[in-house]
Amino acid sequence: MSAYLHGFGAHVPERVVANAELAGRLGRDAEWIEKVSGILERRWAAPEVTVAGMGVAAAEDCLRKAGIAANTLGMLIVASGSGARGFPGPAAEVAARLGLDSTPAIDLPIASAGSLFGLALAMRLAETQGDILVVAAEKMSALIDNDPNTAILFGDGAGAALVSARPGRWRMLDAVLHTDGQYRGDLAFDATGPLRMNGLTVILQAARKIPSSITEVLGRQNISAQQVAIFLLHQANLNLLTRVAKSLGVGPEKMFANVQRYGNTSSASMLIAASEWSETNPAPGPVVFSAFGAGFHWGALVASEG
Amino acid sequence: MPPDSTRRQRLRILVQEVAGKPAPEDEQESLFESGLLDSFALPDLVSAIEKEFTVKVPDSDLNPRKFDSIARMDAYLADHAG
Repeated sequence: MSAYLHGFGAHVPERVVANAELAGRLGRDAEWIEKVSGILERRWAAPEVTVAGMGVAAAEDCLRKAGIAANTLGMLIVASGSGARGFPGPAAEVAARLGLDSTPAIDLPIASAGSLFGLALAMRLAETQGDILVVAAEKMSALIDNDPNTAILFGDGAGAALVSARPGRWRMLDAVLHTDGQYRGDLAFDATGPLRMNGLTVILQAARKIPSSITEVLGRQNISAQQVAIFLLHQANLNLLTRVAKSLGVGPEKMFANVQRYGNTSSASMLIAASEWSETNPAPGPVVFSAFGAGFHWGALVASEG
Repeated sequence: MPPDSTRRQRLRILVQEVAGKPAPEDEQESLFESGLLDSFALPDLVSAIEKEFTVKVPDSDLNPRKFDSIARMDAYLADHAG
């Protein structure tokens, strides 16, 4: 099995919501928001903007950068926990708006970890399906109310990655995926909303499970954490990224972070981070993707240049 | 197993080290609801307990309620410490 990452794309809405704007509404000050999350601002989509619309924008950005036409795709995978409908999910609309009328398009309704699960599935399906576009799009601003513990965290946006069996820049080496459904009620959005999160449980579990899944996948490939060039993690909270770095025994500079500017965009965040990182002329070496989210679902994937 | 005053004193010191503030006199008091500890201090507290008492807290026991107060931590260790 050989699969490669050919490129990334991203889209975020124009509207910037700074901490000061939220502070008054939530009864907390801007400094508190920054202290508990590391977030300075996030993007919120306009009411008429949909998950699928942001997903299409990220998909087109990725396809353009990878030099691929949409009609050559063998599969589309769309991760989102904030799609507007119960069914069909946003994959069908993203496919249609990309001009695809018979290409299989799969929804992954996995908040936060959906893009990781999408990449891992694409890695294993690329040889039989051809080029696979993994898209993650979230309109988290539509799911929150005035609970300061959640309202400060989330932002909107979309990311995308092209996976192919054709040789490309980053070879996907291995992935581990896990689910523990006993915590399904600790981070959830029911039909009636709003989003509910037991922050203590989420952080306690994530702080343990993210490093353990990274250690698991790196161990299978005989790669040490210190050898990794960059960690591209779900951008949940800057404090969590710092804690994961400490657990792995690497410096915080190894954790790519843009949560300060976009907030937590759930499943989209890892691919938005990857897109920004890929445009920084990154150094060669192993790259680790990892995410943890509602379910709980979590895991890690390692790729390497060449 | 009854409460262990020595163990509770060691827990009190751990809480103080992680929080950077004195632990509450009331050993039943919630360390989180009182604001002494936040969600990011909890993983540190669990790691400190594992190290101090030479126990491994499995992922299935990573429930904040088990570590919500000094009394609850003591009860957990009474059941799990070797």
